[in-house]
Formats: sequence, structure tokens, C-alpha cells
Amino acid sequence: MSILVGKQTRVLTQGITGATGQFHTKACKEYGTLMVSGVTPGKGGTSFEGIPIFDTVARAVSETAANVSVIYVPPPFAADAIMEAADAGIALIICITEGVPVRDMIRVKRYLESRSSQLLGPNCPGVITPGECKIGIMPGHIHRPGTIGVVSRSGTLTYEAVDQLTRLGMGQSSCVGIGGDPVHGFEFVDVLDLFNRDSGTEAVVMIGEIGGSAEEEAANWIRSHMKKPVVGFIAGQTAPPGKRMGHAGAIISGGRGTAREKIEAMKSAGIRMASSPALIGKTMQEALGKL
Amino acid sequence: MNIHEYQGKEILKRYGVPVPVGKVASTLQEVKAAAAELGGRCVVKAQIHAGGRGKAGGVKLASNPEEAVAKASEILGKNLVTHQTGPEGRQVWHLLVEQSVNIEREIYLGMVLDRAQSRVTVICSSEGGVEIEEVAAKHPEKILKETIDPAVGLQPFQCRRLAFALGLASQLIGKMVVMMQSLYHAFDDCDCSIAEINPLIVTKEGQVMALDAKMSFDDNALFRHQDILALRDLNEEDPREVEASKYELSYISLDGNIGCMVNGAGLAMATMDIIKLCGGEPANFLDVGGGATKERVAHAFKIILSDTRVRGVLINIFGGIMRCDVLAQGVVDAARELSIKVPLVVRMQGTNVELGRKILADSSLPIISAETMAEGAEKIVQAVK
Repeated sequence: MSILVGKQTRVLTQGITGATGQFHTKACKEYGTLMVSGVTPGKGGTSFEGIPIFDTVARAVSETAANVSVIYVPPPFAADAIMEAADAGIALIICITEGVPVRDMIRVKRYLESRSSQLLGPNCPGVITPGECKIGIMPGHIHRPGTIGVVSRSGTLTYEAVDQLTRLGMGQSSCVGIGGDPVHGFEFVDVLDLFNRDSGTEAVVMIGEIGGSAEEEAANWIRSHMKKPVVGFIAGQTAPPGKRMGHAGAIISGGRGTAREKIEAMKSAGIRMASSPALIGKTMQEALGKL
Repeated sequence: MNIHEYQGKEILKRYGVPVPVGKVASTLQEVKAAAAELGGRCVVKAQIHAGGRGKAGGVKLASNPEEAVAKASEILGKNLVTHQTGPEGRQVWHLLVEQSVNIEREIYLGMVLDRAQSRVTVICSSEGGVEIEEVAAKHPEKILKETIDPAVGLQPFQCRRLAFALGLASQLIGKMVVMMQSLYHAFDDCDCSIAEINPLIVTKEGQVMALDAKMSFDDNALFRHQDILALRDLNEEDPREVEASKYELSYISLDGNIGCMVNGAGLAMATMDIIKLCGGEPANFLDVGGGATKERVAHAFKIILSDTRVRGVLINIFGGIMRCDVLAQGVVDAARELSIKVPLVVRMQGTNVELGRKILADSSLPIISAETMAEGAEKIVQAVK
């Protein structure tokens, strides 16, 4: 079992003719993902790697029954692409694009309130259900099918955690990157809720970082709802205040959003915190009583 | 991106926010002329990207042009140390010479993104002139908020609600509504991340006015604001951070002696954390990004090594999309070109890692290799001891 995506997922790439879109569409297809269509306005009627390309998302959906869209279009056009996908009735929209203006995302979130679509990202690696479906930019080969759910605000740090799990013999049910931007779709809580209800997920790794209060909100939710063990890590314990650490959302402002606050909130909610980023896998072994 | 107070006031004025009459000056002659134009009595304000200027002596009152020059000479070209600048302070290159006003009341007005709601929030407080974080901590009941629906913008009723709650006289309510809506228009139009008027003042003559202006902009939106980008003051930024931004490298200076080069922001932060856990101190945050080329690796190296405190470098790459062999070649070439004198530990994992390790081993450079993140951190901390 898994969450969000699996063998039946029919994926559409928005921005399929750009260098990034091509590279990752090909990689996802090779992984076994059902890549059914692509959209680039003006390129309708052509194809890429045997995948038909359409001018609009609506047309691609009606012709190929795509139910998930992955977006690689450049930042100035990303908000428009998300709304086009929502308007076309795409159930899950995954926006990989990094650098989308906050103002655009505020409007997108308002737009999505009246639509049934769910949004993952932007500025995220995507989602993978190992062995079944990979949508996004994560390296497929480090993952193994299994029972650990992974949710994270980061990209490469997630790969690091997944690699540790795989090496210790713990496969993953699904791995979800919610992204490093201050305004985004899926929150930790949304993903944790899905893992909680997924019979194929035994325990969850949650990787947060400085900035905002999503980890504290997740900790509160976990305290009263989570039925499965959660292992956590917060990146940025040595980050100085007032400086944006790479991710647009990773900033300690006005003394809020520090790693210390988040770690304390998570510990008090019963989350087993890895003291070092190198110990995420080992901490999960402990949580599962395998050590 | 941050801008100066005088630049912020120029923007706000365009959107209809009343501001005092003033002129920016970068020489004493200009100060004198500006003061004379204002009729003699004026305020001289240091322009740096940091708060706490008043307390630090960066804001001075003068009653005639000669006094303005005398006061200006105490600030201009000097280093101003405020609680936000750090002990090294900031050099003052510009002064704002401004009309002095008769203050009846000081209020706080700010707008900022509320991340939990994904909307912009207006924040008001009767405690103007002090830092809003301080008010929030000591008197949370004095913080008033309204959340803005992006579909319709800030509504007059919301502004009135805030204005009445601030206890403003009824003849000031309309002026306050205009002030707040103008600020929101500026915030939204310019892709601000923060717009703060602290203090917003009520004058003895019954006017509302922005006595200070702090504006900060969403870096991701600057592509559509060339006019705002032109206001960037490189004197206010760390030269290494400026250099890094030219190559799309995300670099932040820290106080330690172990340079780091990592791909991905989360892993870069985690790498700093693990160095600290092993007893070392990171010298920087550096994210080379996903598609780092040989050239970018070389630039990253140069920037790290331009920090003379650096006694060793740790490279931590989890090659997903980025191939380890490409990275290894970039490291070897850069290490040769720059003839690196400090210990270098390389931890690579991911795609083509064996090939990458072979390139490092065959290079005959004194590169210390590590398999895991923990091993990499331990080795670099040992090496710089």
C-alpha cells in the first residue's frame, strides 16, 4: 500500500518540452510511471518519447485521462500552470518549480479553495511510491518498497534519510516532499493523516527545517491523532537568525521558527528525534524495536 | 531584498502614503542644502539596512543648516552599531534629511505574510516606535490583526475596525483607512515580503504620516520589478554573498572555520548541524544547487576559500540527479587550479559514486574521502584541529 500515487496513477507533465521537463519525464517513465501526456502551449500534436503533447491541460485530460499533473514550467508561469491543472479537474497537482513568487502562491491557494484539486509543492522533489510510481526529481534507485512513510520539506536531505533507511533494510511505502517555500500546498499534517490511514505504512519519518510553524502544528496533530511511531529531524540547528538558508521558507524571523522550538514541540508530542542527520535511519530502527 | 528608509518612503509616497518632506544626502554640502530647503529645522537620519538607529545615535535633530551639518558629520562615513548590525556595525553612506514634525501619537503598522494562513496580515499596535516582537512578547493584547483576502484586497471595514480599536479620533479614521489601503497596494504591487511603518505618527496638526519605512521584497519576484532591483545597495551585503549570487549559488557567511559545499538547502543545513555536533564550527552555508557544473563547483570553492578563517573544507554531495563523477572531476580540477592548502574531505553518495571515488583517488591530491555524512564531519573536524 501507499499514499497519493501508485501503479494506476496517470501522469501528465506540464512543461514537457523544456530541458528539465524532458529529463525528468524520461526518468520517471523509465522508472515505470505511467506517463500519459504532456502539455506545452503551441506544441500540441507533437510527442516526446512516445508521449503525446497537447496545447492545454483540459485537452490532455479529456484525451488521456490524466489524474495527476507534474509541473516543471519556469517560475513566472508556474502559478498559471497550477490553476490551469486545477481548472481541468486534475486531482493531484505536483509543482516542482523553484522560485515561484509568494504573491502568486497566495492567489493560487485562494483559487484552489473553490476547486477539488490538491497541490503538492512548489519547490519540492515530488512523490514516489517505490517500485510503482515516481513523480518528480528524486533518484529512484535509492528507494525500496516497504512500510516507512517519509515526509519532508527538503530534497537532498530526504534522499539522505531514504538512503539510510534502505541501507538498514527498511523500505518505504511512499516518500513525499512538501517543499521549501513559505506558501505551499500539502502540509505535514495532510501527509501524516494519509500515512496514518494507510495500512501499508508502519511508521513515519518527518524531516522539517527552520522557519514557519508547520512542524509545531504537525506536533500538535500527532499528539492527539497519530497512531504510528514518528521519527523526526529538524535541519538548521546552527542557522543564524534573519538569514534565508537557501529555501525561501527557511528563515528565523522575529525570533520565531527556530530549530530549538520545533524540536521541543516535536519531542513533547512523543516524536523520537534523531540528534544527528546521520542517525535518522538508526532512530527509526529504535522506534520499531529493531535495535 | 532590503532597501533603505528613503527609498521605501519614495515608493510609499507614490502609492499615496503621506511621508514627511525630505531629501537624501551623501555629502555634508548636500545636507546643508537640504536643511536650508526645509527651513533649517530638520532631522538627520542614518540610512543603513538595520533597525535600532535612533538608540544607536543615528538619528539627530537640528535647528538650523549649520547644526544639521555638525550633526551629520558625527554620522556620515562613520560606523553605526545598533543591536541589529552586530558588533562590527555598518558604515553610513547616506543620510535622510527630513522635515521635523510635531508628534502627538506613535502607532505601529505593518504587513507581512501569515504562513499558516497563506495570506497577508495587517498588524497594528498602539505601541509605536518599539519593536513589534517586543510588544508581542510583553503585551500580546496590544497587537491587532486583520487577514487580507487576496481575491478582494484589504477592505475599508477592516481598516476602520483597526483604526477604531487603536482609539483614534473619528476625524482621523478616514485618513487611517487611506493610509492602510495605500500601504497594502504598495505591498501587493511591489511583491513585498515586509512593509512596516514604525512609527506611524499622528501629528499635533491632526495628520497621519509614515515617520519610518521598512520594505523588504520577495527575491523570487524581483524578475518583474527591475525598478526595485535597481535600489539594491551592495554596500549593505556581505561581499561573498554578493559574489555567490552571481553564480546562482546560495551562500551565507557564518563564524566558524570549516567551509562547506553541499547540494540542496536542507542537506546543507544538516551538514552545518553535524559539523557542530562533532565539535566543529561551520564557516558558511553553501548550496551549489541540483545541476552544479564543474564551473559552479570551482566558483563555490573560490568563494569558500576567500574567507581567510577557513581551515578546512567539507564537501557533502548526495548525487541524485547530479552525477558523482562529474562532481569529482569538478573538485579535482578546482583543487588543482586553486592549489588548495587546507584539508579537504569529500563525502559523496548516489549516482556513479564508485566512478567519482576513483577519480578522487587517482588524482593524487591529498583529498580525504568519507562514505557517510557522520564520517565526513568527524574527519574534517579532526583535520582542522
